[in-house]
Amino acid sequence: MTMSGLERFLFTFFNGEVAAQYLPDILSGMVVTAAVGIAVVATGLALGLLLAMLRTLQRAVLTLPIVAFVDFMRALPPLVMIILFFFAFPLVGVAMSAFVAVWLALSLVLAAYAEECIWGGILTLPRGQWEAARSTGLTWLQTMAAVILPQAFRIALPPLTNRIISITKNAALGSVVGLNEILNNAQSASSLAGNPTPLVVGAAAYLVIFVPVILAARRIEARMARGA
Amino acid sequence: MDALATNFFNLDVYAQVFPYLLQGLLTTVWLSAIVIPLGLASGLVLAVAATYTRRRWMRIAIAVYIDFFRALPPLVLLIFIYYGAPFLGLDLPKLAAVAFGFMLNNSSYYAEVFRAGLLAVPKGQMEAARSTGLSGAQALAHVVLPQAARNCLPDLVSNSIEVIKLTSIASVVALPELLRNARDAQSLLYNPSPIVLAALMYVALLWPLVRWLSRLEHRGTLAR
Repeated sequence: MTMSGLERFLFTFFNGEVAAQYLPDILSGMVVTAAVGIAVVATGLALGLLLAMLRTLQRAVLTLPIVAFVDFMRALPPLVMIILFFFAFPLVGVAMSAFVAVWLALSLVLAAYAEECIWGGILTLPRGQWEAARSTGLTWLQTMAAVILPQAFRIALPPLTNRIISITKNAALGSVVGLNEILNNAQSASSLAGNPTPLVVGAAAYLVIFVPVILAARRIEARMARGA
Repeated sequence: MDALATNFFNLDVYAQVFPYLLQGLLTTVWLSAIVIPLGLASGLVLAVAATYTRRRWMRIAIAVYIDFFRALPPLVLLIFIYYGAPFLGLDLPKLAAVAFGFMLNNSSYYAEVFRAGLLAVPKGQMEAARSTGLSGAQALAHVVLPQAARNCLPDLVSNSIEVIKLTSIASVVALPELLRNARDAQSLLYNPSPIVLAALMYVALLWPLVRWLSRLEHRGTLAR
């Protein structure tokens, strides 16, 4: 039986049989990718928020380490950090699973970028906001929570959502340390099948997860631009 | 403490692998010198086309392209190109696969940055330039783009730093850049110090850029 060029192309990259056989692997990979993403967003944002709040205290003992941490995280490729955590830390007695290594590395990266975004938002607020809020009798923490952060967040939101997308996408780096997320499962499926269709399905799985997030981010950006 | 000195900060290992890692660092630098201009140029073309075209389908096509590559992790793209190409009968060299994958990914990010920069230039600038007799291309090159580039300089720098860091994923297809060489050295010596040294080299390379970027961003806020 001979195949035309198009048939061969479809058979190679869009092979229905191979796709059906390995779909469960890709789906279970999607669960892991989504879990990494959600965990990273939760811890990364919380830590970034904490750092930005501490930085408003304007104490050198706090500001200097925070700036150093942020600089370091912005200069170090996340894949290097994941490899360090997974392959090097066990040798000094700190062993962790692939999931924890990826989660920890990406959380630290997101924390640094989130701190920058939120701190940038806080900086744009007029000083009078602080003074007015404090003079009404609000404590520092109340001022922060009720007056400053809500406004800073609105300003920080568009750049922050973009960072969140590009950092959570890095869950795919987990394949390098054997985390059973989409890419890793797709790669082993395609070498088992001797056919790259699972990689196509894997790419589609990423689009299923991230396209809605990107569209939501665009809507947020457009709403901010209108000033609503 | 001893374990830390032996496994992370082993000076003997550092000395032994330094030339090899330096070679990797040079590859990282020239790989960046290839993929950043490619990304800048293709992103600029996309942004100009999306901003000035009168054809609706073209604007939509570019928006879909940008969102598609923003949704796809670059490592997925790279693996797909590298392992998929042979099935098409293409024997793609590693460098070509990396450069092509990076171009697809980076062009969408740079296009977003340039688009924001172009949108921030008032419409009257283009109109005034055209009314002095400049052609559309001349007005773009001499009047609009210089202002747009100024508007988005911090984001261009920020994105370029991300691209340099991203070259580390080329290690996955065994391109001998800094991370790849560090991992090779690590498995050869059974000691992870080369990875730590590579991390330090990345920071040494990028920290000045990060500082510069921070000042650029800060200047923006103060001026507002």
